[in-house]
Amino acid sequence: MLKADPNILNLVYGLLTGLVFGFLLQRATVTRFRTIVGQLLWADHTVLRTMFTAVVVGAIGVYAMHQMWDVPLHIKPATLLANVIGGVIFGIGMAILGYCPGTGLGAIGEGSRHAIFGFVGMLVGAAIYAEAYPWISTNILPVANLGKVTIPDQTGLSPWFFIVPLIGIALIVFAVLPGRREGADRGLPGKTLAPA
Amino acid sequence: MIRLLKQSRWSPYLVGTGVGVLSWVTFGLMHKALGTSTSLVSMAGAIESVVAPEHVKNNAYYTKTMLADGKFFLDWQMMLVIGLVLGAMISAWLSRSFKVEHVPDIWAARFGPSRALRYAGAFVGGVLLLFGARLADGCTSGHAISGSLQLAISSWVFFACFFAAGIATALLVYGKAGRRNAQG
Repeated sequence: MLKADPNILNLVYGLLTGLVFGFLLQRATVTRFRTIVGQLLWADHTVLRTMFTAVVVGAIGVYAMHQMWDVPLHIKPATLLANVIGGVIFGIGMAILGYCPGTGLGAIGEGSRHAIFGFVGMLVGAAIYAEAYPWISTNILPVANLGKVTIPDQTGLSPWFFIVPLIGIALIVFAVLPGRREGADRGLPGKTLAPA
Repeated sequence: MIRLLKQSRWSPYLVGTGVGVLSWVTFGLMHKALGTSTSLVSMAGAIESVVAPEHVKNNAYYTKTMLADGKFFLDWQMMLVIGLVLGAMISAWLSRSFKVEHVPDIWAARFGPSRALRYAGAFVGGVLLLFGARLADGCTSGHAISGSLQLAISSWVFFACFFAAGIATALLVYGKAGRRNAQG
C-alpha cells in the first residue's frame, strides 16, 4: 500500500510545512465554507487578498533565490486545453464543495464534518481521473501543449518585468476591493481582538 | 505574541505574507513547491490497490506516482497533507474557533437543513474538484499559488479559469440571496 520515504528529513520537512500551512489557512478563515463561497459570490475578498499577497511575496523571494543561488523552479506543463477544462471543472467543484483541496483538509481539522464527505469525494475524483487518463492523455493533453514554460520564457523578458507591475496591481486591487466586515466580524466563531 | 496566537482571525495580508515566505523555505531549503492534490492520487491508489492490486498496477496514471514494487510513496507532500489537517486543528484550538459544522448556513438557506443532502453535495463537489485538479495538473496550492508565483503560463490560465467558473457557479447555485447572506 504505502511505503515511507527512507529519507526521514523529507517527511519531517513535509509535516512541518503542512503544520504551518494549515495554521495559516485556518487563521485567514479560508478553511470556512462561508469565506470561500463568499469570495465566489464576490461578497468577501479574504481569499483574493490572501492568495494575491502570497503570490507576490512568494514571487519576489523565489525568483531572487533562483537568480542568486540557482534554486530550481518547479514549473507545471502548459497543456493549455487541459488547464482550461480542468480549471473550469475545478471551479464548479469548488463552488459546490465550498473548499479547494488544501482548505478542505484544513476544514476537517477545525471541525467541519461535511468536509470529510468532500475529502472522500476527492479520492473518488482522483480514481475516476486515473481511469479516464488513457483517453485524456491521447486526446486532451497534447492539444496546445507548450511544455514547462513561464511568461518570462515565452516573452524573453526578465521576470522582474512582470513581478514589479504585479506588486503595483496587487496594491491597487487591495485598495479598490470593498473591505468592510469580513471573516470573523461576520459571525464566525472565536474572538477577534483587532479588526483587520 | 501570545495575543496574536489567540486571535482567531489574522489579516489576510499577514497570512498571505506567511504563505509567501513559507514558499521561499520550501523552494530554497526543501527544493519543493507547495501542493496537495498529487497526494490524493497516491491515497486513492493505495486504497484501491487493497481491493484490486492488478488493476491499479496496470493503470497508466497510477504508475506515474507508484513505486516499482506497486506501493505508493508516503513522501514529503503526503506528510504536508497530514500536517495541514493538524495545523488547522492546532490553530482552531489555540484561538478557540474550533466549530463542528454539518451544514453551512449559506448552503442551508438554499437547500435546506438536511445533512444528507449537504454530505452528498460535498461529495459531488469533491469528485469534480479533484478530477479538475488532476486534468489541469494542480490545484489552488500547486497551481494558483506555487505556479503563479513562478509566473508559469499553465498556472495563470488555470487560475483565471477556475475563478471565473467558480464565480459563475456560485452565483447560479446560491443566487442573490446567498450573496446577501455572505455579506451579512
